[in-house]
Amino acid sequence: MPPSQTVKIGAESRRQENPFIKNALIVISLLFTLLMLVMPLLVVVTQAFGAGWANFARAVTDTFTVKALQLTLLTTVIAVAANTLFGLTAAWCLTRYRYRGQSLLITMIDLPFAVSPIIAGLIFILTYGRLGWTHSFLEAHNLKIVFAAPGIVMATIFVTIPFVAREIIPVLTARGTDEEQAAVLMGAGFFRTFFYVTLPHIRWALVYSVILCTARAMGEFGAVSVVSGHLRGKTNTLPLHIEILYNEHHYREAFAVSAILVITSIVILTARSVVERIAKKEVNQSVR
Amino acid sequence: MFVELKEISKRFGNFEATKKVSFSLEKGTLAALLGPSGSGKTTILRMIAGLETPDSGDIFLDGQSITRLEPSRRGIGFVFQNYALFRYMTVFENIAFGLKTQKTPRAKIKEKINELLSLIGLEDLAGRYPAQLSGGQKQRVAFARALAPNPRILLLDEPFAAIDAKVRRELRTWLRRMISLLKITSIFVTHDQSEAIEVADRIIVTNSGRVEQTGAPVELYRTPATPFVAQFIGESTVIRDYGRLVGFENAPRESECAVRPEFIRLYAQGEPIQLENTVQDGQIESLAFRGDVLQVTVSVRGFSLATGYSLERPPLAVGQTVKVMIYRVYAFKEGKAELVGNRLLANGGGGYNFQI
Repeated sequence: MPPSQTVKIGAESRRQENPFIKNALIVISLLFTLLMLVMPLLVVVTQAFGAGWANFARAVTDTFTVKALQLTLLTTVIAVAANTLFGLTAAWCLTRYRYRGQSLLITMIDLPFAVSPIIAGLIFILTYGRLGWTHSFLEAHNLKIVFAAPGIVMATIFVTIPFVAREIIPVLTARGTDEEQAAVLMGAGFFRTFFYVTLPHIRWALVYSVILCTARAMGEFGAVSVVSGHLRGKTNTLPLHIEILYNEHHYREAFAVSAILVITSIVILTARSVVERIAKKEVNQSVR
Repeated sequence: MFVELKEISKRFGNFEATKKVSFSLEKGTLAALLGPSGSGKTTILRMIAGLETPDSGDIFLDGQSITRLEPSRRGIGFVFQNYALFRYMTVFENIAFGLKTQKTPRAKIKEKINELLSLIGLEDLAGRYPAQLSGGQKQRVAFARALAPNPRILLLDEPFAAIDAKVRRELRTWLRRMISLLKITSIFVTHDQSEAIEVADRIIVTNSGRVEQTGAPVELYRTPATPFVAQFIGESTVIRDYGRLVGFENAPRESECAVRPEFIRLYAQGEPIQLENTVQDGQIESLAFRGDVLQVTVSVRGFSLATGYSLERPPLAVGQTVKVMIYRVYAFKEGKAELVGNRLLANGGGGYNFQI
């Protein structure tokens, strides 16, 4: 496009803008964000530190809080690892092979986004709980899933299944299979092809999806609440622990523990935007 | 025979991509798989590489059946239509990939790559990424990458399709020279007959999943075996009921034939005609300047025929009446094509003997 034309189009669209509507829309979106997002978060943080550092530190280093944090971290690590592996496998299967049941798999991956978390919790109770058909087997082998850590991990995995697969599938689809076929024809095996040819292409999408998956796994409340059984120091994750503190009117402690989650989220979001920026730069470079 | 395909068939759902395709090539041949799109040529290439599996039939490479062999173990160099260079690797790393999978020692890899880089004339670009290369450079890198692991055969899928017309001609000559230099058996896919004729030693003409004819470019041009080849190679006009033309009155009714531009001679008004009884009247329908010749469409007894006309001869004008002589045609008979000469000419119009 010649530069003169670019200028003309720019000037024209600027003339069409109604300054009143523009300002009104900006004010609305800013007010909405402030009221719904920023203010509540600020309240959490100020409440958390309201009674001073010492109180905050005491609440955060409380035995039950530390145990809840440990369980949350363990759950998150396992869930994210499992979903990364599954997500990569599923994305690979869906974009690299043709077989029956492909569309079923893609629909199933989306299911956790559509189903209410309480259902996600209940299905595990029904499958592995006292009423479930696996109960006698689990009982006989002294395995506990429901109202124990394994159940919490499984519920978290269920809720976060779509994150990695959903992010990787479009990237793999867009890039095609030529480069992989070229690698195979040069004698490369599956793993060599994957690590040298496929992975460099999807790495930023993968990092991005792992970050989002981590954020979601750490904060999951609904499904975990159903399968947890709320045993303090045993099956309480951080979100559940906050709820208990709150219900027992320990508001300061509740806010202090909440602050941990809020700060983690902010760190995660920052990491996300950094990753986005790097990935964008790289895309621009490879297009050039 | 170095490469041999025996009755290869492949279906994609209801679509028969290839139907009992057979052909064979000698070692060191540069062959073209030529056909219109959808004729199965790329599928054939991909089956030789192992990227598709034939439903039936057998493929032999150097006497060994490779039909069930994994693609990675066939020893094939493949140049993809869009080159498929590894975009996160430099030119050097791209070419090194195949050598590394073969566990070639580091020093040897370096030596081999420098050799290949100087062969393709891109020594200075070893550190570039594919996105920083032009189309022609990418193609050269793809070529070097395919050759690096010393493949038994080189396959190229539409190697010139993604390159602009100007560079294409240059690359054709380059590729031809490289392949003759390296003496590697190669097959390339193309839909462009001039590309196939100029570059290949042998052409395999495919049409709707079948091989129509295999032969040297000259053979295909001079003695097309089927109506399809007669039409596809050279700029022929196909006409029906050609018995109306002077000198071809013996043709069966309603039969078809193909007429090449060089089978037609035009006589402008006032030009001497040797054999008055062999010509008929025609009207000039259109004229197009082609640089070296005039591209002429002439209407003869209801047929619209294309031919060339030298600019050195008396000028023509649209609508002008000219005398037209037809030397010979490719008559179609039961799926075969055969050369039929003008019966009124002394040698029966059969003087179509050129030698290369």
